[in-house]
Parts: sequence; structure tokens; C-alpha cells
Amino acid sequence: MNRYLARRLLLFLPTLFGTLTLVFFLIHLVPGDPVEVMLGETASGTDKETLRHELGLDLPLWTQYTRFLSGLALGDLGRSLYEQDSVSRLVRARFPATLELTLTAMLLALLIAFPLGIIAALKRHSWTDRLSLLFSLLGLSMPNFWLGPLLIIVFSIELGWLPVSGRGTLAHLILPSATLGMAMAAILIRMIRSALLDVLHEDYIQTARAKGLSEQKVWLKHALRNSLLSVVTIIGLQFGTLLAGSIITETIFTWPGLGRLTIQAIQTRDYPLVQGCILVIATSYLLVNLMTDIVYRLVDPRITYGK
Amino acid sequence: MANRFALFFGLAILLLLVATALLASTIAPHSPAEQNLEQDLLSTSKEHPLGTDKLGRDVLSRILYGARVSVLVGLSTVIISLLLGFVIGSVSGYFGGFLDQLLMRLVDVLMAFPGMLLAIAFTAVLGPGLHHVILALCLIGWTGYARLVRGEILALREKEFVHAAQALGGGPARVITLHMLPNLLPPLLIQSTFGMAGAIIAEGSLSFLGLGVQPPTPSWGSMLSEGRQFLLVAPHLTTYPGLAVMITVLGLNLVGDGLRDLLEKKGK
Repeated sequence: MNRYLARRLLLFLPTLFGTLTLVFFLIHLVPGDPVEVMLGETASGTDKETLRHELGLDLPLWTQYTRFLSGLALGDLGRSLYEQDSVSRLVRARFPATLELTLTAMLLALLIAFPLGIIAALKRHSWTDRLSLLFSLLGLSMPNFWLGPLLIIVFSIELGWLPVSGRGTLAHLILPSATLGMAMAAILIRMIRSALLDVLHEDYIQTARAKGLSEQKVWLKHALRNSLLSVVTIIGLQFGTLLAGSIITETIFTWPGLGRLTIQAIQTRDYPLVQGCILVIATSYLLVNLMTDIVYRLVDPRITYGK
Repeated sequence: MANRFALFFGLAILLLLVATALLASTIAPHSPAEQNLEQDLLSTSKEHPLGTDKLGRDVLSRILYGARVSVLVGLSTVIISLLLGFVIGSVSGYFGGFLDQLLMRLVDVLMAFPGMLLAIAFTAVLGPGLHHVILALCLIGWTGYARLVRGEILALREKEFVHAAQALGGGPARVITLHMLPNLLPPLLIQSTFGMAGAIIAEGSLSFLGLGVQPPTPSWGSMLSEGRQFLLVAPHLTTYPGLAVMITVLGLNLVGDGLRDLLEKKGK
């Protein structure tokens, strides 16, 4: 296990480094001058030069890059151009809201997907199976930038049951997490169904039945447990999609998270803040993938990485 | 049987979409840009079957013209990404070695990002607009095709018919395009269908966030973004453009699923 972990970490570091580099150059090769955007086109040349110097934008790109990396090593993501605060502090303040939203969306997706996926596999070709698959197909085809407003129309405007926007109570969390978690639930239903159906043909299932175990035990102890492997991977991969999807969901429900901060930063062309937000989201995604691999290894000890 | 029905149903939706995009100027009852401030935010009527928006523009006409953006973004993203991914994946898989390692690490880094996040980052940097959306989606879209093609070519490289073609003096370009490509078509076709659905949703998302197609060009995503401000008084501004996106993506998903069942079963 330790050797596996070491190998996996060794592979994680270059990817993380590549990601950081890509984000830096992406933001710094931007056409247009952030200083001009901040001060306006009418600002004098001297003012522009002073601000450029203050922000370190007059330095060669390479020097800016090494400064960026050494800053990162110390947890410094730079300063926001408008908020008069450090990017790390701004991101830290918003991150819990995004985490709360994505984790609830994931929980909701699992609560929907597991029963539907299991019933679909148990009663293959029945109307419940078809209904689950239809639900999954619709969920996959329904973009969250439509589902969110639709849920607002039905549950907030027409029925008046749930708040339109904001954060604070459980009621505030329901519509955003349903919007965000729908696509994940749709994918998981299919995955759980097909993983269970695949496992059911295995010899050990026949053995379990032959030794007289109840159908319930065969399903729960043998089939479900073994089909979880592929589901764990999908859950991990989908977490990244949830993080990216939170940008849209947070915009729809004015949820005060990292996604909304990203869009606000893009709109005001606050590049250090855009860079910080994207970096944190991308790094969280990489870390979740790393954890998924490790959990995958724990669930199935046969897995080795490479040879 | 049910799968085949779903495939044909999906194909019918796609055909309808393409026809709408091509014939928008003929079938749309009004010009998509024609404003009438005295008739703003109207609901369904004979003159405006799907109502009007805040500038009194006909929603149906704007949805019909919006199909053009979706088809254009979907098709061009898939074609460019596919070509780029095919070339890079083939070179990587056929020649192997250092170049393969380098290209695949690049793919790893790009795939280490959630696709939508990278698309948002690219359009934030490039600025909004139709061309920039396509460019951003291609920059992230090619990686999936490259990885798929590389994997398939690695497997095909060891097949007898490939060795035979090489022994007869076939150069890499000839062997790849004439002998390997036909075997690559089924998985590429399936991936392209899902890729087009992804591109249409991504364009809609970017336009919804204000990073995609800019007004006055009608796009389903930007129509939804405008409609969000009028959820209370004019929910039709949200319902109909979203329905257009969903039906289109549903059609593509049905075709993708149907093709996978058909071609993979055939392959087995």
C-alpha cells in the first residue's frame, strides 16, 4: 500500500505542477492590459506605470512565474485588484459555501441513484427499470442552466415552498443542490444498474446462491459490494464536474461560493482573483481524484499501479 | 427493437434541428432582431406563438435562429477537435517513444481539469464571442479523441493486416488513413455524438454566464440568461429556449446510445 501511495503521489505532483503552469500562462497571456482596465483608458501613462510596478506586471514573464510559484509554496495567491484583500483570504471565505453545495449535491445524487439503479437492475426490463432509465436520460439531457430556473419557477414562484436565492438554512440548500446533483444522479443510475448486471453473471454469485444465501444477502453482500468499484471511480470523477457545475448553479441561485466569485472576478477582469479561483477548483479536483484512486485501492486490494 | 426505435427517434430530432438551422430565415415568422417595445414580455398569442421578450422580439423566431448557433458550435467543435485529436493520437500511438510521452502528459494535464472550468478559463482569457467559444471548446475537446485514437492505434499496430501493409511498403500516413482509420470509425462516431451534445451544453452554459455568444445574436444560452431576470412575470422566456436545448441534447444522447448498442454489438 505504501509503495502504491508513493507512486501515485509521484504521478500527482507533475500533473499538479502542469496544472499550475497552465493556469498561470493562460491568465498572463491574456490580450488586453489589466492596468488599463482598472484605471480606464483616460489614465495618464505615469499612473499606469506606477500601478503596473506595484502589481509586478512590469517584470519579465519568467520572473512573474517564479514569483507566482514561490508565493504559492507559501500559500500566497496574490492580491485581488479590486477587493483590497488577499486572494487566498477571499477564496478561503467562499470555499466552505461551495463545499457545502457540492457535498450536498453529491449526497442527493447518491440518495436518488442507489435505490433507482438497484431497482432497475433487480427488475430488469420492467416498467420501473424503463422509468429509471428515462429519468436518467432526461437528467443527462437537462442542462443545469435550465433546470435551476425551472425549479425556481415551480417551487419558489408557483408553490412558494422554497427560497429563490441565498444561503443560510436547509431550505436554501435544496434547489441548488438538486440542480447541481441531477446530472450526477443520472449518470450514477446507469452506472449502478450496468455494474450490478455485469456482476450478476459472475461465478461467485452463482456460488452464493448455490450455498443457500437469501436473494437479499446475495445482492447486498456480494453483488452490490463488488459493483461498488466502478461506481467509486465515477463518483470521484463526477466531483470535478460538480465543482465546475457549481459556477453555473451558484450564479443562478446567487449562492455565495467560489463559483460566483469566479464569475464576478471574470466580469471585473480581476485576473489574480480569476487565477486563484481556478487554481483552487482545479487543485481540489486533482486531490479528489487522488483520493478516489486511494479509496479504489482500499476497496480492491488487487489493484496495483503500473508494474 | 426499443433501442433501434430510440436511435431513429434521436436521428429524427437531429434532422429536425439541422433543417431548422438551415431554414430559419424561411420558417421564422419574424426577424429575430425585430423589436417592438409596445409588445414586450407578451405570453403566447397567435402572432407570437411562444410570446415575446423584454424588447418585444418574437421568442419562436429567436429559438429557430438560435438553432444555427447550436448546430454551428456543435458541428465545428466536433470536426476540429476530432481532426486535431486524430492527428495527435495517431502520431502518438503509431510512433510511440518520447513524442508519445510528451503528448500524453499534455493530454493528462488538460484532462486533469474539469472540462467546463477550462472552457470558462479560456473564454475569460480570450473574451466572449462565437469564435472564441468554438476555439475554447476545441482546445479542451481534442484530448478525448487523442486518447481514444492512441489507444486504438496501439492495439491495431500489432495486427497482422497492419504488418502486411507495412511490409508492402506503406508509409505511416497511408497505413493509418487507409488501413487503421476504418477500424477507428465506430468508436469515433459514438464519441463525436456525445461530444456534440457536450459542446451544445457547454456553449449554452458559457452564453448563460455571459462568456459566449453576445447579443443581439440569438443563442439558447443567452436567451435563458436574459429570461432569468423575468422568471416572475415571463417564465416562458426560460421554459422554451431550455426545452430546445434539452430536446437537442436528448436527440444526440439517443443517437449516441443507439449507435453504441448497434456498433459495439456488431463489433462483438
